[in-house]
Amino acid sequence: MAHTVKRHRGIMDWLTTVDHKKIGILYLLAGALFFGIGGIEAILIRIQLIKPMNDFVDAQTFNELITMHGTTMIFLGAMPIILALMNVIVPLQIGARDVAFPFLNALGFWTFFFGGILLNLSWLIGSVPDAGWTSYLPLASVDYSNSHGVDFYTIGLQISGLGTLIGGINFLATIINMRAPGMSFMRMPMFTWASFITSALILFAFPAVTVGLILLMFDRLFGGNFFYVPNGGNVVLWQHIFWIFGHPEVYILILPAFGIISDVVSTFSRKRLFGYSSMVFATVLIGFLGFMVWAHHMFAVGLGPVANALFSIATMLIAVPTGIKIFNWLFTMWGGSIQFTAANMYAISFIPTFVMGGVTGVMLASAPADFQFHDTYFVVAHFHYTIVGGLVLGLFAGLHYWWPKMFGRMLNEPLGKVTFWLFWIGFQLTFFIQHFLGLLGMQRRVFTYLPNQGFDKMNLVSTIGAIMMGVGVILFLVNVVITSTKPKNLGNDPWGDGRTLEWTIPSPVPEYNFKQTPLVRGYDAWWKEKMEGNTEMPAAEPVGSIHMPSPSILPFMMSVGLFVAGFGFMFAKDDFGNTALNFLFGNHLIAAFGLLITFGCMFLRSVKDDHGYHIEPEELEQKGVKA
Amino acid sequence: MKRLLPLFAGLVLLLSACGRSDLSTLNPQGPVADKQFDLMLLAITIMTIVVVAVFGIAIYVVIRYRRRPGQEEIPKQIEGNHKLEVIWTVIPILLLIILAVPTVKYVFAFAEDYSGDPDAVNVKVTGHQFWWEFEYTDLGINTAHDLVIPKGKKIAIELRTADVLHSFWVPAIAGKMDTNPQGNVNKMFIEAYEAGLYRGKCAEFCGQSHALMEFKVKSVSEETFKAWVAEMKAEPKAFEGDLKVAESFKQNCLTCHAIDNAPALGPNLKGFGSREAVAGIMLNRETADEPIEQAVVEEHLRQWITEPQKVKPGNTMPAFKEQLSEEELDGIVKYLAEYKLESLKEFNKQ
Repeated sequence: MAHTVKRHRGIMDWLTTVDHKKIGILYLLAGALFFGIGGIEAILIRIQLIKPMNDFVDAQTFNELITMHGTTMIFLGAMPIILALMNVIVPLQIGARDVAFPFLNALGFWTFFFGGILLNLSWLIGSVPDAGWTSYLPLASVDYSNSHGVDFYTIGLQISGLGTLIGGINFLATIINMRAPGMSFMRMPMFTWASFITSALILFAFPAVTVGLILLMFDRLFGGNFFYVPNGGNVVLWQHIFWIFGHPEVYILILPAFGIISDVVSTFSRKRLFGYSSMVFATVLIGFLGFMVWAHHMFAVGLGPVANALFSIATMLIAVPTGIKIFNWLFTMWGGSIQFTAANMYAISFIPTFVMGGVTGVMLASAPADFQFHDTYFVVAHFHYTIVGGLVLGLFAGLHYWWPKMFGRMLNEPLGKVTFWLFWIGFQLTFFIQHFLGLLGMQRRVFTYLPNQGFDKMNLVSTIGAIMMGVGVILFLVNVVITSTKPKNLGNDPWGDGRTLEWTIPSPVPEYNFKQTPLVRGYDAWWKEKMEGNTEMPAAEPVGSIHMPSPSILPFMMSVGLFVAGFGFMFAKDDFGNTALNFLFGNHLIAAFGLLITFGCMFLRSVKDDHGYHIEPEELEQKGVKA
Repeated sequence: MKRLLPLFAGLVLLLSACGRSDLSTLNPQGPVADKQFDLMLLAITIMTIVVVAVFGIAIYVVIRYRRRPGQEEIPKQIEGNHKLEVIWTVIPILLLIILAVPTVKYVFAFAEDYSGDPDAVNVKVTGHQFWWEFEYTDLGINTAHDLVIPKGKKIAIELRTADVLHSFWVPAIAGKMDTNPQGNVNKMFIEAYEAGLYRGKCAEFCGQSHALMEFKVKSVSEETFKAWVAEMKAEPKAFEGDLKVAESFKQNCLTCHAIDNAPALGPNLKGFGSREAVAGIMLNRETADEPIEQAVVEEHLRQWITEPQKVKPGNTMPAFKEQLSEEELDGIVKYLAEYKLESLKEFNKQ
């Protein structure tokens, strides 16, 4: 029998929670923090480039800024906000009470968080990664980057990558095992489908980068020779390992956005998603092809014409399933009744913007032409169109759409629309012009440029756009603050046009999600019931006691252990000018202490029986009355 | 295809008006860049069709099917349409085939190896943090910063690096290729149609002064090139003036640099007064229409010798502010700036 469980309050509640909704909010907060840091870095980059031969920041600082901007935005900004939405929404969309492994879910968050913190502490400690987010060798080797910068990169990303991998595995297990009765795979909402494929991509892609990072760490900290050419290592190997992860990573980022757009557009057009099964098929195909195209990042490396030709063709093929998706969205709206909420404005504007990013992607896929595009601002424009114009617009759409479900309050609509226009116009100003900068001969990752090359005005416009985007993001935060002062008074289905299961339960969602597990009778389960005149979902079980997992501090402590061990390894060879510190670090005692915490917590977790607790029907009734 | 011709022609006009002819990829000055430009135009044309179609449908849908006030009825729920779905699967495939065929053709065309061609000039390009070394392997010439080539001839290039990865890029003449360490040596070729000056850049992130790692390609007539080769192979110009300054030049400069064709740690100095830039980045003239003034060269050189880290952060040239007396500095600067190559005087308008 489950024993009574200590329920924590305040900060301890957040540190110990295993509730997927609270973990989702933690991901959102952490993502917002890192997104903010990455955004400030972006603004500083653009200020430096506002005019030729500017000296706002020096070359070294600029290289640190671009490295940390890329790394932070990809690994620590975009990923957690995606995981935030996946955490909150996926279990609700499949009618589950939690994810398959709630404890692992918390562990995934905390390892991600401490990895990210470790990486960003490099700014405070004063040796920042400076070899680009791709950390190509030999530049990232100790010979050419001998501060601890790249160590922060290898260790921080290993720890945070572990968290992401745990998250991916968890969602695979959740979606495979925890679907409500009747929720077959081909009835799952598109966001859940996208999360499913994304999780599979995480499962296969993250181990690749982890291996690469470990090899690089061994080279740097323990004198390994994996990438050390004089001793027989090979630097192109790193590029392969990195992009075997790196290319699927861009689909890890964009597929959830595809899912969000599908749900939002369909809801606000009051129409079923056009071509659902081809959408599913296209998502799977994109995920599959995503692993076949990594070398298109390496056309200029000199892989030879056969490899370049094959990877060109493979890359172009991705345009086909992506095109299917674009037209399916357009025809979802065709004949619909489109409501222009802020969420839907982000979603609809995503379509043309993403098409822009897609067509430049096909242009880049043509290897002979890529010899001109590669490593120029054309590429910078392309991937910002897909990541900002694609993913970030998708995330904003998703946040506006699901905010009421997460927090019980609706974001201010007029302010949301103003934010949208500022952000969207700012985005186009910043990045459209960068295509031309690249074609005119401006290479990327340059801290400055000579005057009179035709770059000056375009860079100025780009910087103005970036500042507009910054103002847009600040307005969004203002909106969040204003909204948080409003009363929580929303019903189950605040948009009125909800189609999926998350709109059948209160906003915000109670900790057990569904009082009774729903019975799913078709695609768009809630819409189907509404159309048949039902006011709630049919239940698949009688009201009964609900089994809940206990909160635990162990995930937090395990991650702290890894965090400490990371510093221990990194500074093992440093001279602190202090005998005690030199002794502790030099003998790997700090590293061992950190690992001891982690393994000790794992041991505790294994031997301690914890069956969780139950919420009894009476308690449910009380809550029901209160609501 | 015929109907697309006006669009295509319009694009050519629009795009080729963009950018400097010595720099822009849209203003190609050699056969490689030319074919790359053709491919880019083809891709842009196809993509414009796609973008116009999507934007058109999107705008129509958003206006036509917006929810009007009081509109409450539920639209018809449509599962899909096989015919439409086949159309938007097949049309993109066809468009991609149109792009894929020339892509594959040019992938192989650009991979052609001209190093064995008796007509081609072989150049070994080595990337250094943060300068370019050019070794004419058949001619026994070693130079830096300015790559002098005969117009209308294939230049077979072998690319390698002395330290980190760089990428050799002359946008107006040809696309880029990385310089890798031993084991991944690359080959490519370039060619310029006409005599002219073209800007080259390092395109692979290579550290602090990546942005400043520029070089120039000087395309000259066949005769000028021959004269240049003869001049470069001849004994270097003797140091004129004070013996003490000559000794200082030898002690301070020639420990890392060379004035003959011997390999050295730093950029070769032969014919320094004919170079387009000091340290690759301090331009002695803006375009090939202007003359290279000796005073400008001297000013740049003086600045470079005394504070190289300020000009190009992270480079390995030590600052010679204290080591050189004013007299020595003047003498060295004058000797190098005055060391002009007869063969390039016309090109340099000197």
